[in-house]
Amino acid sequence: MRRVVSLFLPNWSTDRIVRKLRQQPDRSARSAASPAPSPAPAPLVTALPDHGRRVVASVDAAARALGIRSGMTLTQARGFAPDLLVIDGDPEEDFQGLKRLALWATRHYSPVAAPDPPDGIWIDITGCAERFGGEVPLIKHLYRRVLASGLNAQIAVADTAGCAHAVARQVPSGRPTIIEPGKARTALAILPVHALRLGPGVADELRRMGFERVEQLMAAARAPLAKRFGLQLHKRLDQALGHLPEPIKPIFAADVPRARRSLLEPIGTAEAFAHVIGDLTTDLAALLLRAGLGARHLDLYFERVDGHWQAIRVGTAKPSRDPAHLAKLLCQKIDTIEPGMGVEAMTLVSPLTEPLAGAQADALAARRGPDLPALIDALANRFGARQLYQATARPSSMPEREIDLVPPLGRAALEGWDAALPRPSRMILPPEKVEVTAMLPDHPPAMFVWRGKRYRVARADGPERLHGEWWQSEGQEVDTPLSVRDYFQVETADGGRYWIYRLGDGTQRATGPMSWYIHGAFA
Amino acid sequence: MRQSAVLDQLREQIATIEGSAAPKAVLPFGLESIDARLPGGGLSCAALHELAGSTALADDAAATVFLAGILARTEGPVFWCLRWRDLFAPALDLAGLSPDRVIYVEAGSDVNVLTAMEECLRHSGLGGVVGEVKALSTTASKRLQLAAEKSCVPAFVFRRALPLDAPASGTAAVTRWRLRAHPSEALGIPSLARPRWALALERVRGGEPQLWIVEGCDATGRIALPAELVDRPDRQEAQAAA
Repeated sequence: MRRVVSLFLPNWSTDRIVRKLRQQPDRSARSAASPAPSPAPAPLVTALPDHGRRVVASVDAAARALGIRSGMTLTQARGFAPDLLVIDGDPEEDFQGLKRLALWATRHYSPVAAPDPPDGIWIDITGCAERFGGEVPLIKHLYRRVLASGLNAQIAVADTAGCAHAVARQVPSGRPTIIEPGKARTALAILPVHALRLGPGVADELRRMGFERVEQLMAAARAPLAKRFGLQLHKRLDQALGHLPEPIKPIFAADVPRARRSLLEPIGTAEAFAHVIGDLTTDLAALLLRAGLGARHLDLYFERVDGHWQAIRVGTAKPSRDPAHLAKLLCQKIDTIEPGMGVEAMTLVSPLTEPLAGAQADALAARRGPDLPALIDALANRFGARQLYQATARPSSMPEREIDLVPPLGRAALEGWDAALPRPSRMILPPEKVEVTAMLPDHPPAMFVWRGKRYRVARADGPERLHGEWWQSEGQEVDTPLSVRDYFQVETADGGRYWIYRLGDGTQRATGPMSWYIHGAFA
Repeated sequence: MRQSAVLDQLREQIATIEGSAAPKAVLPFGLESIDARLPGGGLSCAALHELAGSTALADDAAATVFLAGILARTEGPVFWCLRWRDLFAPALDLAGLSPDRVIYVEAGSDVNVLTAMEECLRHSGLGGVVGEVKALSTTASKRLQLAAEKSCVPAFVFRRALPLDAPASGTAAVTRWRLRAHPSEALGIPSLARPRWALALERVRGGEPQLWIVEGCDATGRIALPAELVDRPDRQEAQAAA
């Protein structure tokens, strides 16, 4: 299922200018020295020449609040706000800025992103949400990052680019709008007709004819409307509904290593893809070798006959330019591609590279031990990089926090744990409550009931007293508000060893309610 | 009860036919009574081994440490493929398997764990590959066994929470072990002695099932035989002689 994000930046031109001004150090120094360090910034508009007049092009929030709209003449606008700050608009620079924003999105969210001039970008997040733990976290992450950079933004996600575009612009809410899969039609129905990106004047004329909402347009007979307005109207409607394809042509940075193959005949089988991937990686490896670089990220784009772009993205644990290795990583993901009517061109881009010195060819390679980076890449690209980790010790007095998970091959040496402290090999997380018969205050349990089963304790060792980390979160731990645990190792009558703790020190109520939990099992 | 020379010779002939005649590395336990029962004198390195605890968590915990002890004596990195994260890494370190050597792969499902294992087994030079799964089909076990033979990396399938009465379905694993916790020695003071396990060799290709009572891994991953059990035959002999 395709999922497209439309990021709408209602004040793109002015926000961009404000950001730029803020970044200039001399300007910020001057404003800091001035007596009123801009508590309420002056309303800002950009102006463009139009038939010998200068008209307002883009309006920031302060100016909008004063009633200034784009399309007004500057004279008119100055009537609303005498202290109006006017800067010449630069549509070309606005577009370049959008391109940079789209490139940033390709690095962080999805290989397929493109500017949507004049004031938005598209991101095709199909299959990219797993890395963030789902679509909602991805969108929230994007929204926070965009807001934090000082841009006003509205975000919508939908099945089609047209629907996401319309919703992002027409639903002014303070948070991202998510149109669930299959709900594009319902969402579009209630929007006004001009949400459909129609040609100039078309929406006005439709409204004169009585078409207010898209649902009326969907219900109306097509032929008379098509005769009057041309094919564009229904093309836009069908694109928004997903009946016609609306490809997003992804943007690449100009200076990154890139290899491309246009194919004489459209291909659609995994074997054919694998063959082209082999060619592309060989080409790219030659480019990388010349530049003395190794790839850390690879994006492989598939250009379908119907203009639709799909992409697969792989990463490597160490910079690499071994064509066989890179091809193997890419081939693992071929099955995520829907070839449709066939793929007519493939492009391989390496957006992230690192210097890699030449290595001497080595006939004894097989003897030097396993090729760990290759294996780790293969596993990480199949299961996700976060699913691969090594464990190392972390100083903490709570056993569940004694482990730090680090990416494999990340560190030269990992720390071990204190051999004197007994630690179970299987943890029960979160700890489960058990019914215990024990003498207070310090005797180990004589019997406990766990998951409905009764265990008689034959032998026990303990207690090992652990104090909660009161210094975390100002004296109150978020997850364990009670602070003292007395751990006992117990051996049941049949020899099983378990780790049981009592919450509370037995004398002060504040340290815990004296209830018992099971936290793990020993060998 | 050593096998006769004739049997050894026959085995050699069969191995030649099977194409696995090259002398295989084995991992001995260092305990004569166990190693003597294993063909080749230890766990075969280029093979798939199956390992289980029981539905009781303490038995699975014992099997974990037993496995960590075996891997502590190999060389090279160890890939430990998990379904979910309930393994507590310090316990592996305590059994001698240093955290530097272990790379965890949290694969999420049985199928993914087996896929990850097979991918790992394509690389030679690893210390071992472990996969924790609930079920293991004959086909999957054959694939793993072939991959292990090819790369000469010992592979261990850890059957989590395997019921005691589970039918021993035919898998291609060379050995099948089952560990159960066993009451430890009473020290007479409120403390715990070295843990004891009932170590059952349920199935071994070219050998007989066995049961031992052993003492758990020390800091270098070695298991031991309890002192009084070692002594017992001597005592019996002494009694017989008396």
